[in-house]
Amino acid sequence: MPMNPTRKRRLVIVVLVVAAASLAIGLGVYALQQNMNYLFTPSQVQSGQASRYRTFRLGGMVKAGSIQRSDKSLKVTFTVIDAGGAMPVEYTGILPDLFRDNQSVIATGHMDKARFVATEVLAKHDATYMPKELKDAMAKAHAQKKIEEAGNGGQGMGSH
Amino acid sequence: MTPELGQLALILALLLALAQGVLPLIGAWRGNRALMATARPAAAGQAVFVAIAFGILVWAFLHFDFSVKYVADNSNLELPWYYRIAAVWGAHEGSLLLWILILNAWTVALAAFSQKLPEVFAARVLAVMGLVAVGFLAFTLFTSDPFGRLLPMPGDGADLNPVLQDPGMTFHPPVLYMGYVGFSVAFAFSIAGLLGGEMEQAWVRWARPWTNAAWGFLTAGIVAGSWWAYAELGWGGWWFWDPVENASFMPWLVGLALIHAQAVTEKRGSLRAWTILLSIFAFSLSLLGTFLVRSGVLTSVHAFASDPRRGVFILAFLTIVVGGSLLLYALRAPKVAGGKPFNVVSRETVLLIGNLLFAVASAMVLLGTLFPLIGDALNLGKISVGPPYFGFLFPLLMLPVVVLMPFGPFLRWGKGEAAALKGLLLRITIAAVACAIIAAFLVDGQLKAIVGVAAGVWIAAGTLLFAYKRWREAPRGRRYPAELAGMLLAHLGMAVFVMGVLLSETLSVTSDVRMAPGQTQHIGGYDFRFDGAHRTTGPNWTADQGIVVVTRNGNKVGTMLPQKRTYLRGQVQTESAIDAGFSRDLYVALGEPMDAGNIQGAWSLRLYYKPFIRWIWGGGLLMMLGGFIAAADKRFRIKRGVETVRIDGLLAQETRA
Repeated sequence: MPMNPTRKRRLVIVVLVVAAASLAIGLGVYALQQNMNYLFTPSQVQSGQASRYRTFRLGGMVKAGSIQRSDKSLKVTFTVIDAGGAMPVEYTGILPDLFRDNQSVIATGHMDKARFVATEVLAKHDATYMPKELKDAMAKAHAQKKIEEAGNGGQGMGSH
Repeated sequence: MTPELGQLALILALLLALAQGVLPLIGAWRGNRALMATARPAAAGQAVFVAIAFGILVWAFLHFDFSVKYVADNSNLELPWYYRIAAVWGAHEGSLLLWILILNAWTVALAAFSQKLPEVFAARVLAVMGLVAVGFLAFTLFTSDPFGRLLPMPGDGADLNPVLQDPGMTFHPPVLYMGYVGFSVAFAFSIAGLLGGEMEQAWVRWARPWTNAAWGFLTAGIVAGSWWAYAELGWGGWWFWDPVENASFMPWLVGLALIHAQAVTEKRGSLRAWTILLSIFAFSLSLLGTFLVRSGVLTSVHAFASDPRRGVFILAFLTIVVGGSLLLYALRAPKVAGGKPFNVVSRETVLLIGNLLFAVASAMVLLGTLFPLIGDALNLGKISVGPPYFGFLFPLLMLPVVVLMPFGPFLRWGKGEAAALKGLLLRITIAAVACAIIAAFLVDGQLKAIVGVAAGVWIAAGTLLFAYKRWREAPRGRRYPAELAGMLLAHLGMAVFVMGVLLSETLSVTSDVRMAPGQTQHIGGYDFRFDGAHRTTGPNWTADQGIVVVTRNGNKVGTMLPQKRTYLRGQVQTESAIDAGFSRDLYVALGEPMDAGNIQGAWSLRLYYKPFIRWIWGGGLLMMLGGFIAAADKRFRIKRGVETVRIDGLLAQETRA
């Protein structure tokens, strides 16, 4: 069938749309895979759930009295806790305004031996507000802990 | 004046919105002119009642009526009057009321200037605006009443979120909303067109200035937000790919596609269905933006902890709007297709490619923004998508846009001549390469910066050559009609923006340091000497204020006074000190005292040297101006006699916001 101009134009449009869409999907999936960060709480990290990921986000509360600053540099260490776990964190840089004891924080970084080395630390703007995802993650970790404890006949907490 | 009157006014406004949304549609369907004629008075009445409600809330803030919970939550006796007015839109309930007020401003303007449109079509357009208002008024009344009482009345209120106590933030939400809500006009046009089964080119012409103005406002809102984030969040960044930034960026991208698609449809009649689809998406994404910001489902700097009912309501509203209009589109779109054919080498093709890329970019941002929600729903874990996802994909998608941009204006509609482009290609290539070589020496061979200069010059040279061509070929007085001048300005803005982004990204020097009083740091050719910190006070805050003296080769550049403020209710807020300039910004922010409690000692400081960062917002402002100027083109008016009024109307909206 001969191509009339309208048909040809439609064909061009369809080809363009399909090409753009497949390119976008391909690149999108690739970029997503590269940049997905999972959020874990200290107890989830300690139970090995984060071991598959090099970079991930650690969420929890800053343990009261755990913030230690270096005398020479901007290095600071603190401990992030949740219901059943604790994780020492090291960070070099300036902490956000709302960073303080008992504040909920999310740190992005990786594990270095038993320590979490953060490249970014976020505290939320509203002092009373805990991010929903962090609340969920902590609730989930808490629930898992209970199941483990029940399964281990009450000796679950000993390992920490 | 009692707040209950405000609530009553909102209920009356809702009833009038219902009348405005339903009666004219029935009238248009049955051919009943009396029913169609109800649209304008209903719109006017609704606007009056909404304005009364808004006025009552402003009055409550100005008179410290802490018996109103919203007032008590967001202001106190110490808050200066201008921030008490800004506090009206400082949280969820009031900003929703502002949204409705702006929607009414657009509707009234539309009602006033649509008299020359065919009666049935105008009735449908106004009815769609009425239905949108019904959704938002119901949302306010049922889930987010700003007039709720707090008894017993407290002696003093809490505080306006300190990040909002900044001039930039005062204007950011209203301007942004002008943009969001403005897309409702294009949306109403498209739905009305689909309902009637026809979309005249003349109507698209008439819708164009509204879309251009809305896009201009949205641009201004995003620029204000970006500038605020830079100055106020204290990290010196201008864009974070935060969910809420993305929420405003998606309608911006689709709106950008829409203003170009409308041009094609209006001039050639082609791409009608696509224009309608984009109108639906631009407004749907504006609604999604509200949903993302207000529901708190995504973690972001803007997220309010809020009532889950709100999220469900907006989600239902969004489903009705998007689902309903797409269903209507599927049923009716084939009827409104048509237009003149075009060749592969033509202005239409270039605009279409740009359109597709903007649409794909918007979809890419949507995917990255919503992916955490999808992951949560599918139980994949708590995922966030890092900024590199956007930072990688977005420039890639925009590359062809930048490459094609200079050619669009030179190509003819329908059938362009490839031969004519060769001269242009040669000239802009020479210009870009020459500037890139010069730049290479100045930026120490940093590739991204060189590319930035080349890309900016490429666009600017093409745009200026087109301006020159018009100057030579068009008769005096008709060289630069507003539409064309707007396009030229906006494209130049794009050139400035691209250069600003790539130069500042590459050449910035950022340094977080520990400094004792008297110490000096050398950054970007400047010496920053820290002279210690002291306590200072403002109207409703106390602050630790650092003194940083900046010199260059021994010559004093300035004294910078970064602050760490503590507001009345204990909220801490960093106020960075910025020495702004055409070719560079110096940026100093206080971190924290190294020895807590001893503010006279050493502090952590952020010292940034940010070259060409102003160009980013400068480019944005040029684009905004382009949008407004194009919107003012005389050609877009239906008939003479309406024109002066219309411009006044636009101005009135600006001042009202």
